[in-house]
Amino acid sequence: MALPAKAEPETKKDSPKTNTFLRLFRYTALRIVTLFVTVVIAIYLTILIANMGGYVDTMMRTEAQDRITQQVASNPAYRAMSTDAKKKMAQQMIQLEIKRLGLDQPLVVRTTKYLVNAITLNLGRAQNMVSDTGSRQVKSIILERLPATLLLMGSSELLLFFASLFLALSISRKYGSFWDKFVIAMTPTSSAPGWFYGIFFILIFSAVLKILPFGGLVSAPPPKNVFLYALSLLQHLILPAASLFISGFFLNIYSWRTFFLIYSSEDYVEMAKAKGLTAKDIESRYILKPTLPNIVTNFALTLIGIWSGAIITETVFNWPGLGRMLYQAIGLYDVPVIVGDTIIFAYLLAITVFLLDFVYALVDPRVKVGGGN
Amino acid sequence: MLNTIKSSIKEIKRYPSAIVGLIIILAMIIVAIVTVIAIPYNKAIYLWRGGEDVWYMNPKFAAPAWTNWFRVNKEPVSFSVNTANGTMKKVVTNVSADSKTIEITYSFDFEADAYPQDLMLYFNNTYATKQPFVDISIIMPNGGSIPIMQGGASAHENVRFSQEQKLIKQFSNRTPMQGLFSDPTQQDIEVQKGTYQLVVTGTTFEKDSDINAEFVFYGTVYGAAGTDMGRRDLLIPLLWGTPIALAFGLIGSLGTLILTMIIAAVGAWYGGWVDALIQRITEINLVLPFLPILIMVGTFFSRSIWVILGTAILLSIFTGQIKSYRAIFMQIREAGYIEAAKAYGASDTRIIFKYLIPRMIPLLIPGLVSSVPAFVFLEASLAILGLGDPVLPTWGKVINDADVNGALFKGYYYWMIEPAVLLMITGLGFAMLGFALDRVFNPKLREM
Repeated sequence: MALPAKAEPETKKDSPKTNTFLRLFRYTALRIVTLFVTVVIAIYLTILIANMGGYVDTMMRTEAQDRITQQVASNPAYRAMSTDAKKKMAQQMIQLEIKRLGLDQPLVVRTTKYLVNAITLNLGRAQNMVSDTGSRQVKSIILERLPATLLLMGSSELLLFFASLFLALSISRKYGSFWDKFVIAMTPTSSAPGWFYGIFFILIFSAVLKILPFGGLVSAPPPKNVFLYALSLLQHLILPAASLFISGFFLNIYSWRTFFLIYSSEDYVEMAKAKGLTAKDIESRYILKPTLPNIVTNFALTLIGIWSGAIITETVFNWPGLGRMLYQAIGLYDVPVIVGDTIIFAYLLAITVFLLDFVYALVDPRVKVGGGN
Repeated sequence: MLNTIKSSIKEIKRYPSAIVGLIIILAMIIVAIVTVIAIPYNKAIYLWRGGEDVWYMNPKFAAPAWTNWFRVNKEPVSFSVNTANGTMKKVVTNVSADSKTIEITYSFDFEADAYPQDLMLYFNNTYATKQPFVDISIIMPNGGSIPIMQGGASAHENVRFSQEQKLIKQFSNRTPMQGLFSDPTQQDIEVQKGTYQLVVTGTTFEKDSDINAEFVFYGTVYGAAGTDMGRRDLLIPLLWGTPIALAFGLIGSLGTLILTMIIAAVGAWYGGWVDALIQRITEINLVLPFLPILIMVGTFFSRSIWVILGTAILLSIFTGQIKSYRAIFMQIREAGYIEAAKAYGASDTRIIFKYLIPRMIPLLIPGLVSSVPAFVFLEASLAILGLGDPVLPTWGKVINDADVNGALFKGYYYWMIEPAVLLMITGLGFAMLGFALDRVFNPKLREM
């Protein structure tokens, strides 16, 4: 007010601060909307695939009919009833079962209902699967399997991430050395998936040497003592975790190593070397810093990858995790469980992608959120 | 162009891993071609789907014969011989107009340290009303003869040696197999090695009557690859798995690559909403779970590996790859020769297919080669989940059979190792060549 003349030019060309906020807000809103729409479409597609466009409905209906007709015919309690009465009762029970499975509603209505429930994280009840505690709640089925998956995937993936990152860093320091060549030579071994190594590990350590179990979570019966329980868990964990670890090991080192080498051949690194900075300083300031966004992205994707579990490795090792649950759910045509598992992954992915944009801006001053257009 | 190829080949020669990979791939192609010619598709399917009627002459769960090289105690090798195809000798002497004497003999060396599971004679006799009479015996290495069975033989008489009363009664403290293949004069029951002879003397009583027989020696090891739970010779799926794995891997990798490239080129060229649409589809596909969708297609829809392959290709098109191709196409789009093409009035399709895509091809070859193993292993991955093709004999199917039957638990290691090693060699072959090509075609990596 006292200095109106000074305030005028500011309002005219928009203060840089409000500009940033506006840009940030617009960008955030737009990003959330696009990510949300992406998740919704992906989930609806998953629901449609899980129904095979209504094909699974016919299968489930026939299965319910067969099962109930069989039940009524073989139940000794109904033996006294006449054939007509039995038939009528079977029909009623079939109608009830079809209603329970939601098959009396048209596909569009049902899939939309699934979609809305999934988006609101109302996971609902499983159609055929039951948790070990006897619950039909999808939430409790998933929560029951989650610890096993987190243990297996967490230990193997995090170990893999950090081991390959640090080994790659140390190898990139002396490229052309024996270990460097060794890693390059071994990289093709990563073309085989984890379960494939799992089979060889079972063969060597379980079948021939007989020192580690073939599979499962703990030995049967589970030890009562906490310490012994943990020991048994560890014993069962070694082989599946090692197979997941080894299948990604050399490729991960190779890609990190190449990535670091590209950055260490930049001019400013040469300059730093010429200035006489120590190797450690060069590494932390000029190599790790610009590669940080990539490291963070990879780490974030590793973290959400842990959630999805390893379907086949878990199946091969009889590991009661989320991956095997999903496989079992598909075998039982249990759409709510399939959708429940997928939606959580989708949300985690969307949130991670969203947050990464901001993390980039934090770790890399050159990046502006919503900028770059 | 020719010069580039020549210099590329020269470059590749510098990488020993590329040479090894190339040799593996060439060997696989040769095996695949020979297999398809030697065992035509229909025959392979017939054999693979065949039950006891096709495979009765093999033992169950027999390890390959070559495992004997590594054994201290040699296992008896399974074999079968037949008079119908001349592998077993048959001498016919006419006694009268209506009667003939038929003598079938077969000598075999028995050098194993264990007893066979069983011996069997499958007769295939022809007569109208009067059955021929047969007298079966085994001549031991020391010249002694052990009678097995005497009597009339029906048209499809099967003689299971271990079940023949006459043979069982001769030995008080030994099983029929121990009795046949040990020295009867010794107190201890020990395997007697040497040349044994099967002698079948038959008499026919009709003019057109004839005797034919197949002699099956059920050992505990068999053939080059062993057998599975259905007595099937594993050589069939191991050989036939080669062309299938190659086809699956190459079609998957080529299909994904070409479609990704075309879509990326179209998006980069037209821009606008086409480009935006492709980007959105890619983002949606990122959320879709890849393996679960393939499992759903396999469980609900079709277990044919070609349907699953098609789905896998579709899901693999819209990935991060399409974004990096798009970025490269965006650069190429600005090149002078594209400008020139536009100036002379080239159509959009012409520019995309004649000018944009060809520039990318050298960049794509390494990726093409190294994505083959992913598809080869994908087939095996689905098979081990029980979603293998129900008709085709594939490596993954063998691994699944072995897994379901507890091969590792029960010690049938060969069953799991054979297909797994083949898968690994294939994967390594393509991966080694692919990595080397990557360094040849991407000079930036070469210095690293």
